[in-house]
Amino acid sequence: MNIESRLAQIGSLSDPVTGAVSYPVYQATAFRHPGLGQSTGFDYSRTKSPTRAVLEAAAAELEGGDGGFACSSGMAALHTIFGLFSQGDHLLVSLDLYGGTYRLLEQVMSRYGVTASYVDTNDLDALEAHRTPNTKAVLIETPTNPLMMITDLARVAAWAKGKGCLTIVDNTLLTPFFQRPIEHGADIVVHSATKYLGGHNDVLAGLIVTKGRELTERIAFLHNSIGAVLGPQDAWLLMRGMKTLALRMERHQFNAQRIAEWLTQHPAVEEVYYPGLPHHPGYDIQKRQSSGNTGIFSFRMKDARTIEPILRHLRLIAFAESLGGVESLLTYPAVQTHADIPENIRRRVGVDDRLLRFSVGIEHVDDLIEDLDRAIQAALRETAE
Amino acid sequence: MPDQEQTPRFATRLLHFGKEIDEATGASSVPIIQATTFHHFDVDHPPAFDYSRSGNPTREALEAYIALLEGGARGFAFASGMAAISTAFLLLSAGDHVIVSEDVYGGTYRLLTTVLNRLRIESTFVDMTDFDAVRAAKRPNTKAVYMETPSNPTLKITDIAETAAWAKQNGLLTILDNTFMTPYHQRPIEHGVDLVVHSATKFLGGHSDVLAGLIVAADERLARRVYQLQNGLGAVLNPQDAWLLIRGMKTLQVRMAESERTAGKLAAWLADHPAVEKVYYPGLPGHPRREIHMKQSRGFGAVVSFDVGSGERAKALMKRVRLPLVAVSLGAVESILSYPAMMSHASMPREVRLERGITDGLLRYSVGLEDADDLIADLEQALGG
Repeated sequence: MNIESRLAQIGSLSDPVTGAVSYPVYQATAFRHPGLGQSTGFDYSRTKSPTRAVLEAAAAELEGGDGGFACSSGMAALHTIFGLFSQGDHLLVSLDLYGGTYRLLEQVMSRYGVTASYVDTNDLDALEAHRTPNTKAVLIETPTNPLMMITDLARVAAWAKGKGCLTIVDNTLLTPFFQRPIEHGADIVVHSATKYLGGHNDVLAGLIVTKGRELTERIAFLHNSIGAVLGPQDAWLLMRGMKTLALRMERHQFNAQRIAEWLTQHPAVEEVYYPGLPHHPGYDIQKRQSSGNTGIFSFRMKDARTIEPILRHLRLIAFAESLGGVESLLTYPAVQTHADIPENIRRRVGVDDRLLRFSVGIEHVDDLIEDLDRAIQAALRETAE
Repeated sequence: MPDQEQTPRFATRLLHFGKEIDEATGASSVPIIQATTFHHFDVDHPPAFDYSRSGNPTREALEAYIALLEGGARGFAFASGMAAISTAFLLLSAGDHVIVSEDVYGGTYRLLTTVLNRLRIESTFVDMTDFDAVRAAKRPNTKAVYMETPSNPTLKITDIAETAAWAKQNGLLTILDNTFMTPYHQRPIEHGVDLVVHSATKFLGGHSDVLAGLIVAADERLARRVYQLQNGLGAVLNPQDAWLLIRGMKTLQVRMAESERTAGKLAAWLADHPAVEKVYYPGLPGHPRREIHMKQSRGFGAVVSFDVGSGERAKALMKRVRLPLVAVSLGAVESILSYPAMMSHASMPREVRLERGITDGLLRYSVGLEDADDLIADLEQALGG
């Protein structure tokens, strides 16, 4: 079955009792045991909950994994995965990393002796140079956020396997509709499902998909023990969102490509970072390992003074954090999503005070271009005065 | 102190907690705000909420509510009781040691002995009814004391004020799991405890339909550290369940009072029954530390444990009961009969379990809102046959 069909049908045949095509929201936390030592498969909803289970099975199937796990946020999913590691373990992590992941590693995991080195994960020499005997995993974001750097998943996963390291891929920006990292050798896929999978800026959620029985059992144990699980209402909303993932991603991609091309021509813009542009350094790898491009990109203005008036003059596009929703959002990474990353690291990867990140929604592309154009023109007039 | 309005009593505070009316519409219940991101109307004045992992209006209403009830500085809501407990323990760092009630909840035991131990958080389990044993367990690297009183499932009593005062003298953080008593009966912060944790899935929610955890910090300094972890780890409670929990808590006092009345009758009846070897309930005159419990709590709660002498008898009884749900969990409107050896404490090794009095014949009865005579008649037929 094609992925569009599988998405549309999530949970639709899962309720054997009533035949409801939308799976019920089971709020129950406890489940009656038919007899001692017998179970319906459900005991306590932290361990397994019916609504969450349908979502988890769908996530595993879409990513081509063996186990799916739904968590209360993307950060909760990452923290659950980090529970695999022990005192003394070391991780190799994308240099241009989501600020929340950086904070979790540097402010929490570091207190337990779990350390990380930040490298360009597409550079095997750099990975090898930073690898230690205690390196247990490579954590890859591809594309990265916000600078859209691309990692060759098959090449790096093969390298990691050769070194006995796990490959963990944050697939938030592309979703399984465009990219399935397990097919390229990844062991674990993690999502902030708050973004494209949910797609409506109305569900906070994280997902983990694992490959292999042993890893699936270990994550199941941590998921239950740490308890950062997703609630049933949000599991249901997430499935509802995922049913339209294919349509949304196609429109996000179409709009993002058009606007990125338009900005490339704009005289006030210095650089546009979008893997769908042929001059992007990761263009070929991205084309090979993914069937499409995400709906976000970043661009750098020539003049930092234009940033504040641009944000102020926008009418249609909201100035807010987060990404991946049907509504367009513009983010200023240096002060919003990446404020927790020290300035020297931010500058090394290029998250500076002239960079804006655009999460392109599914509005009409001409309206978005007009809004942006008007805001940039107004900003240029103000700064020229 | 100038003449002030009298502080409202607990039953009144349950209904008038400050956020019970929606300011925008006057609605008599807090709205469920599913939004994950919030528009910044003014770049220079960020909104109170920007991303719902960091803060959500519905969740915040619940957090303020529990802080008020427990008499703490600030409350925090989590995806499950274990998510709250996991977050609380991560206030500690590698090399730190914690003293824990020996018959602590099985999930807390599992977390300490299989996850946190790998991060080099060390734990010693002691019988907290023996204050000398608590003091003797202190090491140079001891940083915290974790109490459950009454404990689960043998309802042992820890002297909260004595332990907290000693901990304070020694610079130790005190954490207390107040799930069994709820702030209706027991407010540990009044006795010097720093951090109160709850599995709100139990009496606070009260309907076996919300999985949730809560933390209340006694002072603002500690609250800031908990907030960093709540936001950083992301194991937050979703808005739908936050709303359901607020709804459940409004009837906390009437539910607890009624269940306690029935539990007292049931415990007294069980104590006289020839087939029952031992009854654990702090409300029974023979309970060894009843005086201490009465000093620190306003009631005895609704959980009664009893030992029928053997695993065979326990299993036979579970087969025969008709009214209570045979299930894990507790603290609901419906009575729940659990078998700790195979359910809540299954993750504890058998010899450890037996040492703690959690025998194969021990049953835990969480008394709901059914009629007391019906519950007793049901147990009578189940024990008698």
